[in-house]
Amino acid sequence: MAVNAIEIDIQKLSKSFRNFQVLKDLDLQIRASETTVIMGGSGTGKSVLLKHMIGLISPDSGKIFVRGVDITTQKGPALDTIRSRFAMVFQSAALLNSLTVAENVGLGLKEQHRFSKKEINEIVIEKLKLVKMEHKYNSLPGELSGGMKKRVGIARALAMSPEVVLYDEPTAGLDPIMAGNIDELILELKQKFKMTAVVVTHDMQSAFYIGDHICMLYQGKIIEEGSPESIRHSSNDYVIQFITRHKSVQT
Amino acid sequence: MANPIAYIGIKALTLFQLTGELLQLFASTIYWSKHTFRNVDKIFHFMVKMGVNTLPIATFTSLFVGMVMVLQTGYTLEKFGMAESLGAIVPIAMARELGPVLTALLLAGRIGAAITAEIGTMTVSEEVDALKTLGINPVRYLAMPRFLACLCMLPVLVIYADVIGILGGASVAATYFHIPTKIYFDRMAESLQFIDIIKGLTKAAVFGATIAIVGCRYGLEAKGGAAGVGEATTRSVVCSFITIYILNYFITRLWL
Repeated sequence: MAVNAIEIDIQKLSKSFRNFQVLKDLDLQIRASETTVIMGGSGTGKSVLLKHMIGLISPDSGKIFVRGVDITTQKGPALDTIRSRFAMVFQSAALLNSLTVAENVGLGLKEQHRFSKKEINEIVIEKLKLVKMEHKYNSLPGELSGGMKKRVGIARALAMSPEVVLYDEPTAGLDPIMAGNIDELILELKQKFKMTAVVVTHDMQSAFYIGDHICMLYQGKIIEEGSPESIRHSSNDYVIQFITRHKSVQT
Repeated sequence: MANPIAYIGIKALTLFQLTGELLQLFASTIYWSKHTFRNVDKIFHFMVKMGVNTLPIATFTSLFVGMVMVLQTGYTLEKFGMAESLGAIVPIAMARELGPVLTALLLAGRIGAAITAEIGTMTVSEEVDALKTLGINPVRYLAMPRFLACLCMLPVLVIYADVIGILGGASVAATYFHIPTKIYFDRMAESLQFIDIIKGLTKAAVFGATIAIVGCRYGLEAKGGAAGVGEATTRSVVCSFITIYILNYFITRLWL
């Protein structure tokens, strides 16, 4: 896909949970081959927005076009086909605890029944090497640290050869060095595979380091978006407070 | 509860919705059963797990139920000089009713709860969402193997429970009522028909399917962390029990 083409187009998206409106007529465009970072405070609906993009949550109203196809109207195999172009790295890594690292990474391929055991194993080793986790091939998720789990989660996502990767708080709960390593990995993957990435985070350092385009989510809407530089020089009080931690909230 | 009519209406709607969801999951599981051969090892793994876990408690339950049945009925029959008929009564009761129902309740308590807890934990820790993003249908991957394992394993457990219950009854009949074991089994052979066993096993298969579907439904719908999983597990067991009682009544009526 051409660079700067619209990969995901979200129009007037609204979602409520038990009378609490999380997203309100939200509009957002994700460009191909770019890393779009969605920032926002805890509980502002960042993860909810991300899960809408892959059809894990259905909106109350609004549309989400993925390369021109509205995924909110898709179900079953049609939705599976669209999902096959995506991969998601979960905040908790969401590895299956009963499976080894290698089985987790190869799970999607195994269940497709299109590859032999040998082929799956080769792909698994290749992806584990990419995230420097090949030495944990036979370990269970319970034996891994938080950072290791996230790396394995990324390897599992990459094993499906996605065109778009959605990262849900990839650096949350990690020490600064491990968080920096994950940032480097996301950048490396983008440069190597030219993948479109959407990263949800409230880690400012990470956002400015990996983001090509940054959006600020507040009270269910995108209140500011632009390049890291334009966000850094924003005049919006909430954005300033979010970056500096020290200004009153006025939007 | 401001308005009792509204309260009853809401409860009725919830019941209809639950029934609809269970039937939908059942239909979806049947659809994905086309992948049975690809999942034979997984189904066999669950069958072994279910069987081994339930065997000790099934042994105790059916043994003592068979023994108590003989004590209770024998006490009355002895007054009429008909204690020898014990061999005609207890095995039929075990094969038609007690074996399938009691074993199903045990399986619901042990395996149904385990299914909900396992899938529920996967749901609240986003593992089920992760499966979806990998293009894996959770019903195919999680529900279908458990459904087929329960469907096949409960009849096997019922055969075992029937045998243990009948043997327990025979031992009490011999030691307490002094009825020779040969007479007990002769009476059983005269009265117990093959169709009685088939009816009991059919009930067992229906109950097995019910336990798996209810367990999976509550697991897939679990919300809110550990507390949510605990609540889903309790609801799953209660729902399985009630569904087994209701189905048992209607299946029995159908065959009368």
